[in-house]
Amino acid sequence: MKRHFDEELSQVKERLLRMGANAEKMIHLSAKDLLARTESDRAELERLEKDVNAIEMEIDDRVVKLIALRQPMATDLRFLMMASRIAGELERIADQSINIIETTHWYLSGPPLKPIMDLPLMAEIVQEMLRDCLDAFVRQDVGAAKRVLESDDKVDTCKKRIFDEMIATMESDPQTVRRGVCIVLISRNLERIGDHATNIAEEVIYMVEARDVRHHHGEATGPGERKDGKEFGENPGD
Amino acid sequence: MLEARNLKLWYGDFRALNGVSMSITPNAITAIIGPSGCGKSTLLRCFNRMNDLVEGSRTEGEVLFEGKNINDRRFDMTELRKRVGMVFQRPNPFPLTVFDNVAYGPRIHGLASGDALREIVKKALQSTLLWDELGEKLEAPALSLSAEQQQRLCISRLVAVAPDVLLMDEPCSALDPMATQNIEELMLELKKRFTIVIVTHNMQQAARVSDFTGFMLLGDLVEFGETQRVFTAPRQKKTEEYITGRYG
Repeated sequence: MKRHFDEELSQVKERLLRMGANAEKMIHLSAKDLLARTESDRAELERLEKDVNAIEMEIDDRVVKLIALRQPMATDLRFLMMASRIAGELERIADQSINIIETTHWYLSGPPLKPIMDLPLMAEIVQEMLRDCLDAFVRQDVGAAKRVLESDDKVDTCKKRIFDEMIATMESDPQTVRRGVCIVLISRNLERIGDHATNIAEEVIYMVEARDVRHHHGEATGPGERKDGKEFGENPGD
Repeated sequence: MLEARNLKLWYGDFRALNGVSMSITPNAITAIIGPSGCGKSTLLRCFNRMNDLVEGSRTEGEVLFEGKNINDRRFDMTELRKRVGMVFQRPNPFPLTVFDNVAYGPRIHGLASGDALREIVKKALQSTLLWDELGEKLEAPALSLSAEQQQRLCISRLVAVAPDVLLMDEPCSALDPMATQNIEELMLELKKRFTIVIVTHNMQQAARVSDFTGFMLLGDLVEFGETQRVFTAPRQKKTEEYITGRYG
């Protein structure tokens, strides 16, 4: 039986997907500017960011209203709680994209540094992570969400290599400090985007399976579960 | 404390319970939820053998109370009803005074008289937060009280004989929201001293007050576990459908 409540939940999902599409577009534009040494239309970026911020507030408002009025339980409750969190992650991803664009603008005012192989790789991985975690959300696909978690290590490795490389470059040639700092900041922004995509993947897993995998991937426990796998109040012999 | 083992019950040819097993945790509130006719009240009544009063009912399996099977013919029924009391959907005070309602149990069980009895009545009314309201009106007819006061009086009547378990069958369904909230608060206080099993149609009530929840459907205990877990992450699809309103 289709419930009116299902329609209201669908509207939250639809808003979240629009927010995700905007965030994806913002990362794409920021990565393009950085790698192709172009400058995106600032008005377009500002419009996207404004839209993301407005949808985040709209989603939170809808979630509060639906929790108060509908008193959702089980899968409905988990969906709404995670929708609010995912909206927060997407808003921060959009902020990080703006940071990248602003730092890139500063970076492009000087001649290019020697090619940094890990930077395009890192940008590509985080874009893929965001795409995959949003797909996992739409398809309720825990397997896809887990693959996003695995990608986070690759992002961290890239960032560390970029840090090491930039430190060596700046030490050997003080003229590169300004641009080197820009690259360090940008890699930090990309890493944070990867972290937010990872959070979304964890939130999708909780939404689908009610397993909290934060901080201890793979050792998930559900609410009310004991370490011995039995439930509180469960018969010892069961 | 209380445990049902493979409990089956028939009303004539109709099987109302299909082999229910569950363990009731002491000093906690266990809620039994499910749609009408699922067997939840029948299960509740098995815990103090109230179904014996239904003609044509037949029970198989065990209900253990402190390790002894209450379905055993040798079990002392007077002792069982004293230690496992029941609160019903509609308040059912006796057509007596407030005092005589609460004193009724201690008198017939020969527990106390005189000052000792007055002390029991006072404590019973205090435990249900009625003493401040009715301490000066002990001779008032119980039937003149509000529905909520009558229900709390019925709980006082049970408390007066110092039971171990309180069985509550839809205790708030005849009460308004404010009175319901008061009874729920009272249950949370009472669980410090008693073990409570409640049957309710109201899922939000089960979620608010209980520590453990069992979901019943067509005579089966479909799922049983910690309330927080059952209402946020039920393991059975049928439970999920029922608590999210997709059932049926």
